[in-house]
Amino acid sequence: MTTVQAAALGKAECPTCGQLGSPAEHPACRRCGTLLHLRKPNSLQRSWALLIAAFVLYLPANLLPIMETHSLFGPQKDTIMSGVVYLWSSGSWILALVVFVASVAVPLLKLVSLTLLLISVQRRWQHQPLQRAKLYRFLELIGRWSMLDVFVVTILVTLVQVQTLATIHPGPGVLAFAAVVILSMLATMAFEPRLIWDAVDNSPRKEINP
Amino acid sequence: MLYEPAPMMADDPALIACRECDLLVRPAAASASPQASALCPRCGALLYRCSGNSLENTLALACAALVLLIIANAFPVVSLDIQGQRLDATVFGAALQLWREDMPAVALLVLATTSLIPFLEIGSVIWLTLPLLYGRRPAGFARVFRALQGAHPWAMVEVFILGILVSLVKLAHLADVLPGPAMLGFALLMLVLAAISSIIEPRALWQAWEEARE
Repeated sequence: MTTVQAAALGKAECPTCGQLGSPAEHPACRRCGTLLHLRKPNSLQRSWALLIAAFVLYLPANLLPIMETHSLFGPQKDTIMSGVVYLWSSGSWILALVVFVASVAVPLLKLVSLTLLLISVQRRWQHQPLQRAKLYRFLELIGRWSMLDVFVVTILVTLVQVQTLATIHPGPGVLAFAAVVILSMLATMAFEPRLIWDAVDNSPRKEINP
Repeated sequence: MLYEPAPMMADDPALIACRECDLLVRPAAASASPQASALCPRCGALLYRCSGNSLENTLALACAALVLLIIANAFPVVSLDIQGQRLDATVFGAALQLWREDMPAVALLVLATTSLIPFLEIGSVIWLTLPLLYGRRPAGFARVFRALQGAHPWAMVEVFILGILVSLVKLAHLADVLPGPAMLGFALLMLVLAAISSIIEPRALWQAWEEARE
């Protein structure tokens, strides 16, 4: 199967309306006016910058308390992990697993996978492009679920305000955690999946076995 | 419809490029089923989603979504009953509480992902499809379309529902928790939004735009 990339003919697909255009002749899409690029401009730099920022905030997001409870039994600080442990020990182990996956596993998996993808396109790896393309699609799908704990803290803070029984206040960890989720989503959006295939297409080995 | 890799130097208006791997493809000669979706033959990304009468269906679903979103925002999501004292949590109230707790950024984020951005998304779908249904071009089509594309990943209704469920479990030992009407609103909204994003096809919308009057 011989394959031709649109960029090899100087063509780019309009990200808004899907029409093929030639950015060299018409910088803006002739149908909808969107600026055309063969590849997202500076995608590697932007993706790396956002990813590194997410990595830096990942530590405070997991170490700082996301929630502070004041009750008759005294103050108690909860981190992401202690929330999972609480759910597990109180018997809701399905929910504990859901929260663990959404809040601990997904963010870490996402940061590590995106790092791998970025290194792979920078080094122009040629093996397993399909696997890497699927990994990228998967990352785009799962990133949003990490917002789960932010929503949980929001609802708990709103409802538990009875002074005699208990009050719950948001901790600084929730801000860091929300920032990690947003930064890693932005980093994934900045990544250019077509770069995965550029290394394959510009290699001497033109034949691609599906 | 089936697509196959296009030969080098083909200059054919039916050519399209895969959004994820940039492969040039053209409709395969022997395919004529308009009811099927097309996947990229190389990377498997969605090229084209064919859905019969998509304009009418999209508009109907968007109107339903608008009603559900209003319900989801106007009524409490969860209520707490502690010794006769009742506490309601609406989306707006929750954001306000976070704001008071000195977390304005998180407050805005919660309000945006569960309320403002879904409003923007549904509003732009209605803005785009209603005039097209009557054969007219909506004002600022490209701009609204880009807003819709940009808003889509940030609407997190389904994650919010899971968040409500987790907090219900966490609160169960403290007091009687009652799911409010907005809970049902959000749950239905999640389904309707999923249906909308599964039938909306950018290429078909732009096709309709080309056929419509100025």
